[in-house]
Amino acid sequence: MTPELGNFALILSLCLSLVLATFPLIGSINNTPGWVALAKPAAWGQFFFVSISFAALVSAFISNDFSVLYVAQNGNTQLPLIYKISAVWGAHEGSLLLWALILSGWTVAVALFSRALPPEIVARVLAVMGMVSIGFLSFLLFTSNPFDRVFPVPLEGGDLNPLLQDFGLAVHPPMLYMGYVGLSVAFSFALAALIGGKLDASWARWSRPWTLVAWVFLTLGIVLGSWWAYYELGWGGWWFWDPVENASFMPWLVATALIHSLAVTEKRGAFKRWTVLLALLAFSLSLLGTFLVRSGVLTSVHSFAADPARGLFILVFLCIVIGGSLTVYAWRAPEVTSGGKFDLLCRETLLLGNNLLLVVITAFILLGTLAPLIYDAMGWGKISVGFPWFTTMFVIFTPFLIIIMGLGPLARWKKQDPGDLARQLRIALLLSLAAGVLLALPIFHEGNIWGGLAVMLSVWLLSSLVLSLRQRWRYRKGITGILKDIGSRGSGSYYGMVIAHLGVAVFIIGVTFVTQFDVEQDIRMSPGQTVELAGHTFRFDGARAIQGPNYRADQGTIRVFNKDGKEVAILSPEKRTYLVQTRPMTEAGIDPGFTRDIYVSLGETLGNGDWSLRLYFKPLVRWIWLGGILMGIGGLLAASDRRYRMAMARKTVPARAAAKRLAAEGGS
Amino acid sequence: MTPKRKKRLLLIALMVAGVGIAAGFALKAFNENLMFFYTPSDIVAGKAPVDHPIRAGGLVTTGSVKRQADGLTVRFDITDNAETVTIQYTGILPDLFREGQGIVALGELGKDQMFVASEVLAKHDENYMPPEVADALQATHEAGVKGAADTVK
Repeated sequence: MTPELGNFALILSLCLSLVLATFPLIGSINNTPGWVALAKPAAWGQFFFVSISFAALVSAFISNDFSVLYVAQNGNTQLPLIYKISAVWGAHEGSLLLWALILSGWTVAVALFSRALPPEIVARVLAVMGMVSIGFLSFLLFTSNPFDRVFPVPLEGGDLNPLLQDFGLAVHPPMLYMGYVGLSVAFSFALAALIGGKLDASWARWSRPWTLVAWVFLTLGIVLGSWWAYYELGWGGWWFWDPVENASFMPWLVATALIHSLAVTEKRGAFKRWTVLLALLAFSLSLLGTFLVRSGVLTSVHSFAADPARGLFILVFLCIVIGGSLTVYAWRAPEVTSGGKFDLLCRETLLLGNNLLLVVITAFILLGTLAPLIYDAMGWGKISVGFPWFTTMFVIFTPFLIIIMGLGPLARWKKQDPGDLARQLRIALLLSLAAGVLLALPIFHEGNIWGGLAVMLSVWLLSSLVLSLRQRWRYRKGITGILKDIGSRGSGSYYGMVIAHLGVAVFIIGVTFVTQFDVEQDIRMSPGQTVELAGHTFRFDGARAIQGPNYRADQGTIRVFNKDGKEVAILSPEKRTYLVQTRPMTEAGIDPGFTRDIYVSLGETLGNGDWSLRLYFKPLVRWIWLGGILMGIGGLLAASDRRYRMAMARKTVPARAAAKRLAAEGGS
Repeated sequence: MTPKRKKRLLLIALMVAGVGIAAGFALKAFNENLMFFYTPSDIVAGKAPVDHPIRAGGLVTTGSVKRQADGLTVRFDITDNAETVTIQYTGILPDLFREGQGIVALGELGKDQMFVASEVLAKHDENYMPPEVADALQATHEAGVKGAADTVK
């Protein structure tokens, strides 16, 4: 009964999304307030019914209703409750339903927090979101219905993929989807503004907090995914340049460009067309990501069984969304006036440089990701693009990005005297060069050029941030001024920027140190044997069989001692075999630390109690995720800037007046 | 041309030049990093380059997995049901590596036709077959069917 209810609710929500996509849009164009007013109730209704549908699927998993095919494939009576719930988005159909739920959630959020906006603009934004929703809901209903029944009803479910039975991965997809789908808000704002022909600073001000929040979710989602891959896949890797990872990284890069470009559009009225294009591009890349993951066209650690009909549907949908939005862009963008003039050296130019670099990096990642598809389609052979290529690309462009990041916050808008900027940054340049050279040359230890470069860039970034803070301190006249400043207009944006950029510096250090200085060894060990690695002694104390809730495992014991013979850690890596799907899984033993991780995974048993083991010493690996988290905090702080709320409050009066006028016109 | 225009033009020229140079390097590196996929039949027929990074894939032949004396080096054969190639790998094999399973190996082919792998990939999903391996098996199968048909004629 419940699954039918869920299915029915899904159909109703599709009907409501059809209403949402059409009436408010038409109403906003030919001034019919009654039709415009439909937008918000339709958005709420859609959210309500998708929620019911989602709840129905959750309840089917909790109550082990194996008459539902999707539950029979991915559920199991033995699963702990939390994984029964996360199993809902553990495979294709359910994750799409989650996507639809989040999309309708964002739609309602726009309806809720946009009271200050003119109603016809809200109506257009919601209508565009409704169109996207039509795509996903019909995809669900016509190709991937999670409520399909199966007969005869199996007695037990096929179980959730053991890799996904993990807290990190229970949370990772919802976070990532919040980011992906959140970009649809910026996309809809951009399209609505294009349709209405009103692209101005206030449009940028409305879009900014939404884009920032979506970006924060995307950042945290990627960080979670990377952290999960690190501890769960048992290989100690934290990024693989896998197509699916690239699919989440490309929208992130473009969204990063977008939040910077929106700043220019809001403050200076410049780059309007470019900003709109980025907003369209960011969401299009999110959709492309979905296509790559869900159609299974690319070989990836994430690709599950593929279905060509689904791939075709997403491909067509992708073409409609990207083609349609670009058509609107081509049609309306020429009417957009170009904004404020600016000099050769100024903050605008630096932000343009940042945008250019981010887009170029995205383009190369896109090339590397799609090249295997293109080669295959053209019959040039089956290829894969090596991991080193992506890394090289990143290492070529990132230093320029960091140099610009150091200059940007200190440069003035519109016009900057080069000599003045150079004087300000003299200390930063000296400090960073000194620090870099110190690490690159064999003074204290063997020396490492890449480590030196990374430290140089990070010190450059950090010292320029300190200089910028000092400048603010001076303008605000000391500590009292700064305290008063916190919570005032524009301060959220500023301090958010500082924290996010600090996150980038931390990230760069983490990435470089873990790639340059990590030590790794594959080794065969007998019980009681010891081995030296990175100044530590590892002793293997044998492995024993243990029993988990839904798996059996061999658990090894490794004791780690430091130079003085003091015990630093006891690690218990496991080799698990899950009972239902009978597949082995490596569960690494990790001793986490701020300055280093010690990481051990069990290979296979070689007889006589011997095991093959993989031992790692990973310096500063946590800084990678710490950097990501700092970026997320910075983004949240920037999104919470009082300016956005004040802007809305100021807008309220004219908006109401406009609504009245519209109502009067409509009534006449 | 006004000085302002000149400056703007200079800016654009600089950016285009920068991006162009970077793109040139990137594409050169791209070509060097392309790894082509070869089936065991390709390798036996000598189509695969020697001492150059490539990928090879097929089914792990049952009974072919042999551990060497050092305890970490493994040798095994992969097949596309027509030809067989021996792969040598030192390190820990992925969890889902089994005899009879489709795998993809990354590495270089030596002059002695021994493929020395730097990485062996077996997929997370045990029902999953790497698409390249599936295509290779399909090609062998079709060639076999065609051959049989020709014999009947």
